[in-house]
Amino acid sequence: MNNNDIELNQQLGKTVGNPLVDGIPRMSCQSVDVFYNQDLQAIFNVSVDLAKNQILAMIGPSGCGKSTLLRCLNRMNDTIDGCIVTGKIYLDNEDIYTSNIDPVLLRAKVGMVFQKPNPFPKSIYDNVAYGPRLHGLMTNNSELDDIVEESLTKAGLWKETKDRLNKPGTGLSGGQQQRLCIARTIAVKPEVILMDEPTSALDPIATATIEELMYELKSSYTIAVVTHSMQQAARISDRCAYFHLGRLVEVNDTNIVFTNPEHGLTENYITGRFG
Amino acid sequence: MNIGQHISQEYNDELEDLRNRVLSMGRLVDQQFSDASQALLKGKIDLAQKVAKLDYKVNAMEVAIDEECAQIIARRQPAAIDLRNLFTVIKVVTDLERIGDESEKIARFASELSTDTKSMNFYKSLKHMVSIAKAMLADSLDCYARLDSQKALEISRMDAELDAEFENLNRLLSTYLLEDTKNIESTLKVTWCARAIERVGDHAKNICEYVVYVVHGRDIRHIDDKSSQDDT
Ligand SMILES: Nc1ncnc2c1ncn2[C@@H]1O[C@H](COP(=O)(O)OP(=O)(O)OP(=O)(O)O)[C@@H](O)[C@H]1O
Ligand SMILES: [Mg+2]
Repeated sequence: MNNNDIELNQQLGKTVGNPLVDGIPRMSCQSVDVFYNQDLQAIFNVSVDLAKNQILAMIGPSGCGKSTLLRCLNRMNDTIDGCIVTGKIYLDNEDIYTSNIDPVLLRAKVGMVFQKPNPFPKSIYDNVAYGPRLHGLMTNNSELDDIVEESLTKAGLWKETKDRLNKPGTGLSGGQQQRLCIARTIAVKPEVILMDEPTSALDPIATATIEELMYELKSSYTIAVVTHSMQQAARISDRCAYFHLGRLVEVNDTNIVFTNPEHGLTENYITGRFG
Repeated sequence: MNIGQHISQEYNDELEDLRNRVLSMGRLVDQQFSDASQALLKGKIDLAQKVAKLDYKVNAMEVAIDEECAQIIARRQPAAIDLRNLFTVIKVVTDLERIGDESEKIARFASELSTDTKSMNFYKSLKHMVSIAKAMLADSLDCYARLDSQKALEISRMDAELDAEFENLNRLLSTYLLEDTKNIESTLKVTWCARAIERVGDHAKNICEYVVYVVHGRDIRHIDDKSSQDDT
């Protein structure tokens, strides 16, 4: 740690608010540090719980480490050369970084939806069927049909696509593609869904549809969402985490964060003040 | 934490403008109450008329400020301190407008009582109530202007003194009502004036409680003074 880091740590102190949740969390980060190479530390000592059936919003300025931490939750960082994650991350009390965890299976349990919709260059049907086939979640074709229909229905896309399932997924509108990606994610019956700015490219109606979908999904899943929209975080999340220069400054009930945040940095950010 | 310092200077200007409007409405209402009490205590009818005239202005200011708040909320979607600040503005102007109404009431009775020598007997007590209420109002506006939550708690407590004086006067007035049945009407008018002065104190106290809310994000209404002091 250099002098700047020490000074910063003093200013930021430890996370204020309520990093822990009542009861057993679905996921839990404990003292997580992330390095992109020896001298670039992107995440500093972050501890936070994801409560079951809740939406955690992750907010903060560009480059503060939101995506980095999100990627830790399903070991997407494994695919980045030189990226080192230390500390512990648990899914249902199981350490996801131990050697007996298969990252491919983990990513089925902890699915991810990206900022830019990224449907495979395949049919709508095959996009959704991809995961279940990969993981052998069905024994016959009619079961697969059921999974595809159910996932598209949950993602609010069934009505629009049921007559064009064999058309390419890339032929859908942006909002539809994003819902297709969500359908693809939930087709493998995950426990947790990670979303990295899922609506940043969408119009208000498509955004509202995705937000409504997230609201419906949280009764079956646990969701963590990164967003640059304060209003979106305020609208959809149960808890909200504010990151600043790789530190988790504050995390608390969204109601508290948006009416009476504890930390001055959180307040500056959500009210649009100079930090 | 200051209400300014937003990255958007336009937003800072809007909030500053809003604050100035609330403060000028406060000054007007303060003037109204001061004129009304002078009218009552010194029988100055011209002042009583002035109070009624100012009322239109005060009402118009309330409407304009509410409208500006609605616009800022719609366009800026304020959060945290900004949200609490706007929420408070809306509440403060409601209380200010009510103080204006109470002052108007006092002014009306003042005109009616000005020819009535009997009611003189209660003026000492009314004068005392006026002086407490006036201090509470002036101080609460000052607290709001400076967002001084410490002082706000102190002013909140002055309300108990005003309430006690009101109780005293009421006891006195009830005896009069029984003994001097010929003057029931003017005695009742004095009661209503006292009641109006007491209400002014309540509204001033509300303003102080909003100041605590802006600063600390905690609603201290309906908690007794002691417990609110314990945890701030
Ligand atoms: N693959 C990578 N290799 C090296 N450094 C990286 C890599 N990905 C991110 N970083 C660095 O880590 C820090 C955190 O980046 P991250 O993408 O997590 O930020 P973010 O909060 O998601 O920002 P944004 O809001 O712009 O998406 C940044 O300084 C970034 O430059
Ligand atoms: Mg990112």
